[in-house]
Amino acid sequence: MLFDAACRLFEEGAGKECRLAAEQGEFPEALWVKLADAGFLHPSVPEELGGVGGDALDEFAILRAAGRHAVPGPLADTMLAGWLAAACGVKVPEGPLAVAPVNFTDRLRLHKAAGNYKLEGEARRVAWASAAREVLLVAETGDGGSALVRLEPGGIRRAREANMAGEPRETLAFRNFSLGASLVTKVEVADLRERLLQRGAAMRAALMAGALEGVLARAVTYAGERVQFGRAIGKFQAVQQELAKLAGQTAAALTAAEGAYGAISRGGDSLAAIAVAKARVGEAAGIGAAIGHQVHGAMGFTHEHDLHFLTRRLWSWRDEFGNEARWQIVLGRAAARAGGEGLWPMVSAI
Amino acid sequence: MYQGLNFEAVSLPPGAEAFRAEVKSFIHEHLAGMKPVARADSWNGFSAEFSRKLGARGWIGMTWPKKYGGAERSALERYVLLEELLAAGAPVGAHWIADRQSGPLLLRFGTEAQRAEFLPRIARGELYMCIGMSEPDSGSDLAAVRTRAVRSNEGWRVNGRKLWTSYAHRCHGMILFCRTGAKEEDRHGGMSQFLVDLDWPGITIRPILNIAGEHHFNEIIFEDVLVPFDRLVGQEGQGWAQVMNELAFERSGPERFLSAFALFQELVRALGPEPGERAEAAIGRLVAHLATLRRMSISVAGQLQAGRTPDVEAALVKDLGTGFEQELPEVARLLLESEPFAGSADGFAAALAQTMYYAPSFTLRGGTREILRGIIARGLGLR
Repeated sequence: MLFDAACRLFEEGAGKECRLAAEQGEFPEALWVKLADAGFLHPSVPEELGGVGGDALDEFAILRAAGRHAVPGPLADTMLAGWLAAACGVKVPEGPLAVAPVNFTDRLRLHKAAGNYKLEGEARRVAWASAAREVLLVAETGDGGSALVRLEPGGIRRAREANMAGEPRETLAFRNFSLGASLVTKVEVADLRERLLQRGAAMRAALMAGALEGVLARAVTYAGERVQFGRAIGKFQAVQQELAKLAGQTAAALTAAEGAYGAISRGGDSLAAIAVAKARVGEAAGIGAAIGHQVHGAMGFTHEHDLHFLTRRLWSWRDEFGNEARWQIVLGRAAARAGGEGLWPMVSAI
Repeated sequence: MYQGLNFEAVSLPPGAEAFRAEVKSFIHEHLAGMKPVARADSWNGFSAEFSRKLGARGWIGMTWPKKYGGAERSALERYVLLEELLAAGAPVGAHWIADRQSGPLLLRFGTEAQRAEFLPRIARGELYMCIGMSEPDSGSDLAAVRTRAVRSNEGWRVNGRKLWTSYAHRCHGMILFCRTGAKEEDRHGGMSQFLVDLDWPGITIRPILNIAGEHHFNEIIFEDVLVPFDRLVGQEGQGWAQVMNELAFERSGPERFLSAFALFQELVRALGPEPGERAEAAIGRLVAHLATLRRMSISVAGQLQAGRTPDVEAALVKDLGTGFEQELPEVARLLLESEPFAGSADGFAAALAQTMYYAPSFTLRGGTREILRGIIARGLGLR
């Protein structure tokens, strides 16, 4: 099973040293070579476009494993860039990649100007832009279409930030930015940006579901080892009840995230299933991280302990590609339009 | 040791959507005009007439062998039937226990004569059963039951009391769980199950009104009740194992998250097509929970159909599902200016009150939340 294979690779190749170094700005080169060799970067991109030609569910399996092991580096972001390139019929570029925009407010606009193009706008919180060999941007062309723009990060004005997990996030600013026609691929898809955000949300949901599994496994192990009042704390009903709640949130998260990928894999409209996943998994992330910390006590609050690699990612990822409220509103608007009679048919079709 | 939870994706079988349409049209034909407050009764709604109509369609015991009155349909088709009935607030309470629990128990452990006698009548929607487990001093601790059956020359003599028995006053039979052996080291030993007719001499049924002032519960007193030998279900002394077998079926079905659906529907109806972002986020959150619970529940149904016993997963579905049902009225009441009143002409206010009255029972019936979490903790390897 792909999930197990991915877990094995991450256990060996993405240990604590590797995670800490990545947070200090060091790109995980050795791990990256293994990921590329294993075909983990573009699992569901067709072979003729540079991918492995697998199913979307393969992407879910790899990201779930990556989340579970808090894998450092732009794996999901490169995967998302690969999806974007393939969606535009472009062969996926080599190496680590970044995509923009990554939230619901930022928009990039492309204008024709004397045989060339001008790019305008700002894309905030772009993941791993400086480490990427290329940044793939979605811009609106003003004629109802979209364009894929490929740029090397060196020429872009960048402001470095990070998320709570120490993963690089950068603001890319384009003002009267000139680029040649060879860097632009026009597509007849008006909602390319929305589809990019949907796929990005599905990926974050898969990562979070995996990270919750990691928190649960650690918390259960810890509760079995840590002794207080003469017995393992996991023997106390109060602790057992909390761990059972954590198991419930984890199970819901896995089910919702896999549901999104099931819908993507079947084809057709997967918006509702993705919205369910990002909303439900994001909620589980907050509850699950809190329980994980409560069970680990002060030990889990130290930088020495590994728990924070998972929980800081959960706190970051739930706000990326639209938080719970954003996706709840997508679902709630659809439910309100469906009305009382249409509510159940809508839910049972997700 | 913790091995992970299995909620593998299960797809409904081909033909499920055609069957769903058939069920929807049946519901439309027979339940059009049903009031929201009645729909909010969900699987507490009792209608012998409706149960007989379902039976006539082959929709009770629909997975059972044809020779016992079943239709040999799949468990996942049955799932579609149940979720459509529950989403419509259909009054399924009369046959619910017989269809879900008593029938499958007899199929699995009953004698050939018991199956031949009772299953076809259950499947026709004519024979209703109740559960005889809880007692005054035996709630969550089922092994503490005191009701006892003692072997005599004519049959088993039963003495004791059962409590919280829903619809005993309108059912024909009960699956009685009681002690037949001495108290042993193994406190789960010495238990047996019997199929009891509720009109037998020595049985007294007393009503217990619930907080809504309605009569669902009963206390049942057994005084030297003679139970014929041929009414023992399964093996003497194996009652505990037999009961545990029922629980995965009892805990993971769509009734564990759709009990409050009528209220959700009234909420969405009352909010209208453009309720604003605050309400949209709130109802969208409920949709996300509901869709996820449904997927989890279908996964367990698929695993049960495949012959596995996902009891930890079933407990998880019930814990999360009943929590969702209980939260629904709390979310709904803050989205509309309305005061809950079961007698209201306003569908939302009436469904809100009815759901609030019954909400405390959601996390009690079929295993309390705390017991379920204990089962989950055991599944995690903690006890």
